[in-house]
Amino acid sequence: MSRISRILLAGVTLLAVAAPAAAETFRWGASRDIGSLDPYSYGDSFTLGVLNHIYEGLVRYDRDLKIESALATSWEIVSPTTWRFKLREGVKFHNGADFTAEDVQASLKRAADPKSPLKGNIPAYKGSRVIDDHTIEIDVTENYPLLLNDLTTIYIFDAGWLKDNNAEAPTDVGAGVEGYATYNANGTGPFKVESRQPDAKSVFVKFDGWWDKPVHNLDRIEFSPVASDATRVAALLAGDIDFTDKAPVQDIPRLEASPNVKLLEGTDLRTVMLGFSQRDQLISGAPNPMKDLRVRQALQISIDLDLIQKRVMRGKSRNAGTLVAPPIPGYDAALDTPVKADPEKAKALLKEAGAEGFEFDFNCSDTLVNEEQICQAIASMWSRIGLKPKLDQGPRAVQTPKRSGGKVDVYTLGWATLPMLDGYSLTSQVLHTKEGTFGIFNWGGWSDKEFDKLTEASSTELDRTKRLALVTESLKVARDHALMIPLHQQPLTWATTDKVADLPLMPDNLPRLWLVKK
Amino acid sequence: MIVFLIKRIGNAILVMLTVAFLAFLIFRFLGDPVEMMMNESATQVERDELRARLGLNDSFLVQYGRFVVNAAQGEFGLSWRNQQAVTTLIAERFPATFELVLIATFISLVIGIPLGVFTAIGRGRWWAESLQFTSVVGVSLPSFLVGILLILTFSVSLGWLPGYGRGEVVPLGWWTTGLLTSSGRAAVVLPALSLSLFQITLVMRLVRAEMLETLRADFIKFARARGVPRRSLWFRHALKNCLMPVITLTAMQIGNLIAFALVTETVFQWPGMGMLFMQAVTFVDIPVMAAYLCIVSFIFVVLNTVVDIAYAVIDPRLRKS
Amino acid sequence: MTAIAAKPRASRLARLRNSDLWWSFKRHPSAVIAAIVLAVLVLSALFAPFIVPQNPYDLAALELLNAEIPPIWHPDGQWPFLLGTDLQGRDMLSAILYGSRASLIIGAASVAVSLTVGATLGLVAGYYGKWADGLLMRVGDVLLSMPTMLIAILVSAIARSLLPPGLREAGASAVIVLAISLSGWVQYARTVRALTMVERDKEYVQAARLIRVPARRIMLRHILPNTTTPLLVTATLNFGLGILIEATLSFLGVGMPLEQPSLGTLIRIGNQYLFSGLWWIVLFPALQLCLLVVSINVLGDWLRDALNPKLR
Repeated sequence: MSRISRILLAGVTLLAVAAPAAAETFRWGASRDIGSLDPYSYGDSFTLGVLNHIYEGLVRYDRDLKIESALATSWEIVSPTTWRFKLREGVKFHNGADFTAEDVQASLKRAADPKSPLKGNIPAYKGSRVIDDHTIEIDVTENYPLLLNDLTTIYIFDAGWLKDNNAEAPTDVGAGVEGYATYNANGTGPFKVESRQPDAKSVFVKFDGWWDKPVHNLDRIEFSPVASDATRVAALLAGDIDFTDKAPVQDIPRLEASPNVKLLEGTDLRTVMLGFSQRDQLISGAPNPMKDLRVRQALQISIDLDLIQKRVMRGKSRNAGTLVAPPIPGYDAALDTPVKADPEKAKALLKEAGAEGFEFDFNCSDTLVNEEQICQAIASMWSRIGLKPKLDQGPRAVQTPKRSGGKVDVYTLGWATLPMLDGYSLTSQVLHTKEGTFGIFNWGGWSDKEFDKLTEASSTELDRTKRLALVTESLKVARDHALMIPLHQQPLTWATTDKVADLPLMPDNLPRLWLVKK
Repeated sequence: MIVFLIKRIGNAILVMLTVAFLAFLIFRFLGDPVEMMMNESATQVERDELRARLGLNDSFLVQYGRFVVNAAQGEFGLSWRNQQAVTTLIAERFPATFELVLIATFISLVIGIPLGVFTAIGRGRWWAESLQFTSVVGVSLPSFLVGILLILTFSVSLGWLPGYGRGEVVPLGWWTTGLLTSSGRAAVVLPALSLSLFQITLVMRLVRAEMLETLRADFIKFARARGVPRRSLWFRHALKNCLMPVITLTAMQIGNLIAFALVTETVFQWPGMGMLFMQAVTFVDIPVMAAYLCIVSFIFVVLNTVVDIAYAVIDPRLRKS
Repeated sequence: MTAIAAKPRASRLARLRNSDLWWSFKRHPSAVIAAIVLAVLVLSALFAPFIVPQNPYDLAALELLNAEIPPIWHPDGQWPFLLGTDLQGRDMLSAILYGSRASLIIGAASVAVSLTVGATLGLVAGYYGKWADGLLMRVGDVLLSMPTMLIAILVSAIARSLLPPGLREAGASAVIVLAISLSGWVQYARTVRALTMVERDKEYVQAARLIRVPARRIMLRHILPNTTTPLLVTATLNFGLGILIEATLSFLGVGMPLEQPSLGTLIRIGNQYLFSGLWWIVLFPALQLCLLVVSINVLGDWLRDALNPKLR
């Protein structure tokens, strides 16, 4: 008896040890690590979202995803291609340096560098001029309505710090030199970096000199990636982490049942969709039947969205009829009617098009919620109308080169329109013909003249209402021509321990911990 | 002796050069680094420029030579994924793996040796035979399953021990250790147990076999005839004779444990070299894969060579071969 | 004719019955149980297509409506899914038996490949010596300086990135066999080489040489039979090891693909659902895997002791 109680006691002591040292430490268990501390080295939204605690842009999104001032206090459009920004005074970097227009200029130059992976985030940027210490003018290539949206993720570096550490250009892996900014950081944000161990733990501490009035009461953020779903849930249940931004949908019932865990659920802005190659040949060399609209429609109506929603997504996703989510400007509810499954009609369409039983590659990755399961389910549905999909499942790093290199027949894509938060992000980067800065993610290689004309018209339209009408119209063309087919909006499932208060669940799936109380 | 030394070390160098060659082949011909590093919208001119800068246009032998020279100085280039020097990355992770392997080895000796002795002296009795049978089960359980089982029991159901990570670590110069904090010590228990299970059974079986053989030896029979108490016979005389093979096995197995740790580290999210390697495999981060292969093989070869030489020092008969 | 043909077979069986090995086998209940279990597992895996209700590799046979059904004894269980279904509506029993078949085939094929390659090279090296021997030993040194698991992971990962998509799935099991055999043959080669070197200098071999028996015949007919005992033991234990490596590769995501799940793949998927109450997805494949490897290793263990004259 006494031995058992001693073991129990040992367990309790261990638990006590694992409990937080100070109440103000916030432990974030993420499903993956950030790529780098350098906000210009990876363009992905998650890394940028985490780094937003360290670095800030001229403007930012507020709780309602409306643009509000951050490092810039006001702005005006001087001429159709020139914007003037008034910068906030009295802002300090973590190293104590003052924030000035020089910093903005150096940062823009770094972000728009030809070697910068982030240059696609400011496609219209041409150059900038320092007017005085707290005024800067930014030139854009043409009438461009979305500059402010783009600037939300162009975080501002300290020009002197970049210069001193030889980091004025973005990190060039090819040169074989480590980027200083990859492992060091100096921003103006509410937290500064204390330490970073890739794949293990990154520690951010409160920055006392932050210009904004802190709403949060955190002293420390410990960010650790815990890749395994089951382990992450265990850690949350045991109180080893305070928060995860990815609670697996299959574990929601268990988390709900736990008295110490709070679930925050919503719908992500990210729309999951499928794209089809419209090149002359499939990657096997066979002629490509998917150039035929009827075949793409057959592929679409053979998918039972309701069943996927109910089984794979456990009722947590929102079936989509159009390629953008409701909060995105350009969305039209009239287009958003999910297509009903009709395998018999799909078979008839295939027969009509003479494309029965064709074999194709189905490229899937592992970044979307339950992507492996979704892909298997869809492959099985296609098999049942007699097609032969070959599932090619692999990690993102392996799949992306194939996709961008055009070596796919059918592929998955999740698009949240971040950081632009506008339908134009999708129409210009994903659906438009691949040319210039357009269609970088047009992995299927299609070219739809009718669609392109509408998108180009919207790109220079400064009147918001007219512009959004054009975006909506192009989305209708995309739907009618089945350029890509929408599946659903992913569920957002955050979970915290009951100690965390006031964590705003944002539909862009980016936690903003400067708004948190613990 | 000197001839033997030169031969043995020359052999080790030859092996390492070949391993480096294999690593180089992987490094050079797998996944075009230019494709991985370049932005999607890069032009052909930019690609060619980068190719030239990376020295990919030099002759094959020149490139291999450069790889070996760099590798010998611990230079493996930059990780494509982390954009950090591979050597730094591995050096950061090495303490975690080494500590895990060391503790696993310690556990395997502390548990394995007594079990081996007991199964040897109780040969034929039901408890010794069932222990021996259990050891077969131990060898047969895949280590990832053991890991999952341990997490499920002690971390999820009972909540006694953490099931991932390394806890708080304390830096000691360039080394980091988790053994000085209570959370670090708690974190190492499950992964070390999981990693040591196979090794425990290995040590136990070796000790048992050696003990059985020694117990038949003449000097033991004489000692028994002289009336030396049985306990002292087993633990003083017989066991002492078995220790040499056990030490050899342990030394040679450290390399294997480091390699096997990659499964354990993946299951327990232990931030060591193995997890780094598995992530490199996932992200096709070729420089890290090549470097890991070289480093693990190096540890392996060094340990084997040292053991061989040590044996030759002890037993001159072995120098001939 | 038939009587003559049948006679030696009968006598061979009789010889086995009277052998020390059979006697030892009968006296080891653990070995007998392991043999029975293994026989059941092997037979059920081999005849899986005739036993189970579903072909788990046929995507068109999977019905998402049938996903996540618990085992039959559970109130929500449904016929014919005895052990329940997985996330895609795949019958667990079918998946497990097909998965075991994949494991057994991969394990057996990797042993066959390593054994053939290893024994051949070992014979040649041991018989001729000189540079052939030196080369073999050096290559062996290199391969043994890299842990088997590491080589297997590297080869699998590399093959996956090199093979075209169609071949990658079809060739998955071949790649794993190659990955395991690449370092697996060394052990056989070393054993055979050592024994060959001993036999080579014996008088009967010298005599055979004198009467000009071809070298190939000497090696295959006279030397090789002397090596069967140690090879048999090594092969049995490596059979189990091969299955373990395959399962580990699949668990780590570099083994069998999702559409042709092996036991390791099933455990990998199930592992993500440990909390969701879907325990049958991970438990049954895990049990099957353990049972399989334990029974093989128990047999191998017994065989080693039984054939080792020192331990009698």
